Amino acid sequence: MTRRRVLPGLPLALGVTLVYVSIIVVLPLGALVFKAASLGFADYWAIVSSPRAVASYRVTALSALGATVFNLVFGLALAWVLVRYRFPGRRLIDALVDLPFALPTAVAGIALTTLFAHNGWFGSFLANFGIKVAYTPLGIMVAMAFTSLPFIVRTVQPVLEDLDPALEEAAQSLGGSDASIFRRVILPLLTPAILAGVSLSFARSLGEFGAIIFIAGNQPYETEITSLLAFIRLEEYDYQAAAAIASVLLITAFVMLAVTNLLQARALRYTVKN
Amino acid sequence: MKIRLDAVEKSFDSFRAVRGVSLEVESGELVALLGPSGSGKTTILRMVAGLEYADGGSIHFGSVDATDIPVRDRGVGFVFQHYALFPHMTVGENIAFGMKVSKQKRSKAEIDARVADLLRLVKLDGLGNRFPAQISGGQRQRVALARALAVDPKVLLLDEPFGALDTNVRRDLRRWLREIHQELGITTLFVTHDQEEALDLADRVVILNDGQIVQEGTPEEVCRQPASAFVMKFLGDTNKLKAMVTSGVAAIGNARIEAPGFPDGAVDVFLRPADLDWANEGEGIAATVVRVIDKPSGRRMLAVTETGEAVELDVAPETVVTAQQRGVVTIERARLFSADQPTSRLI
Repeated sequence: MTRRRVLPGLPLALGVTLVYVSIIVVLPLGALVFKAASLGFADYWAIVSSPRAVASYRVTALSALGATVFNLVFGLALAWVLVRYRFPGRRLIDALVDLPFALPTAVAGIALTTLFAHNGWFGSFLANFGIKVAYTPLGIMVAMAFTSLPFIVRTVQPVLEDLDPALEEAAQSLGGSDASIFRRVILPLLTPAILAGVSLSFARSLGEFGAIIFIAGNQPYETEITSLLAFIRLEEYDYQAAAAIASVLLITAFVMLAVTNLLQARALRYTVKN
Repeated sequence: MKIRLDAVEKSFDSFRAVRGVSLEVESGELVALLGPSGSGKTTILRMVAGLEYADGGSIHFGSVDATDIPVRDRGVGFVFQHYALFPHMTVGENIAFGMKVSKQKRSKAEIDARVADLLRLVKLDGLGNRFPAQISGGQRQRVALARALAVDPKVLLLDEPFGALDTNVRRDLRRWLREIHQELGITTLFVTHDQEEALDLADRVVILNDGQIVQEGTPEEVCRQPASAFVMKFLGDTNKLKAMVTSGVAAIGNARIEAPGFPDGAVDVFLRPADLDWANEGEGIAATVVRVIDKPSGRRMLAVTETGEAVELDVAPETVVTAQQRGVVTIERARLFSADQPTSRLI
């Protein structure tokens, strides 16, 4: 006997979503893995461990890390300000946060390059201090930070909004200072959301392409990101090499998302009922 | 520690939540702030705690003016309505929180020992490693109390401490809080909208309405000598009937009630259901039974008088009576208030 369900529509909804996920997500990724796998291990390893590829991993990963750390601090502060305070223009700033999502990344890249070029508004100012942004790894970081900013704000914001004010009042009545309340009460409760935001932000930064190629300068071994290297191989009609390099990004993203999920489950263990 | 409030005021936007409240709570006393929602009772409690600042007036703890002392330095233990336990900390860590953040440094062993003592006090031995999500509502309530007591507060403040619990748990916890209070002798102020809770638990009850104290006294005083129709109605089920006074005697139907000091004219007679009885004939108010509700302790009759006023009365379980039956409501006890006295909103 089949179990009767109260909620209707499971077979249809499940069918539609499975078809969708297969066509849009699984099929391309499968093709990628298939293409890379057709290389044979020795060739695959030679491609993914070539000095130029390894240098691109380093540039990509370090820049993504930098951008994520920046967004962690700045995004947390932005979410805090948007939730905790009422000031004129709050709604405008709230709307602006989503702009990096809406803006074509190439447009963002060109705009950032213009601003940070040695004769641009920011670039010429920073040049006074000997800081070069455009065409350096710092530029890559700026582009990554720009495109992935909304992730941390938008994951932390709703949790912060739902935080019961009585928790802070309780901590105050027990004698906690503002700093210790933030560190011992607020931050731990935000941790799962922060982890989610950080992992999304980092994954997006790893894969970002459009905004970066304009500002990076794209010097092999110096400012060449992994997705650009894959693109270059593609343009050379070396599909297998492109797939091999892309698979490294894919695996990295998978491992990272899995690790953050584990961390998140650990951070949320207090919600588990006996 | 004695608490003294002097003409305390508080407004939220244009709403005057608390209007010139003066109140003294003696050291070691257990006092209930009782009132309907919106009466300002929680606001008063929060001002005593320092979670709100008073707009006017002063609050003294003993001889110290505490009006402007921030909550973290005021030395109060506050138990929140929904407990506000830190969900990511175990029961033990919740209780230890106040000691950990205190300026007064304590060793870990010292803190652990105190947590164990408090767990024993609130009868939660062995649950120190659970998270709040893993214990029952009544247990959470006790953790909240233990956490508040951990910092050796001068006064203990509880906001609707039993509001979120079911009836049986409430009754047990009430008696248990009374015992703890007896044991520790800490000055305690709690807020409730449940008159039964206030009367059951408190040494003294302060009844509030519209941001003002309408009466304060021992449970016996407020029950036996309600100062106004509002207090009468708020403390329990009551019937209000219209009567006419002539030469110091009020008349309702065939019943006569002594009304010394009342001028001739209309008067409101307040009668608790238990102050009334039912008879087939005699001196009383002629009425028709509408419905009979059976309760463990007796029968509650719903009747309508000849003048169309609804009246409820509690009669002995043996009383034989059915709907539509006609008879007489007899009066054993009554309380009169002038009809023109402004009676507060219905409750």
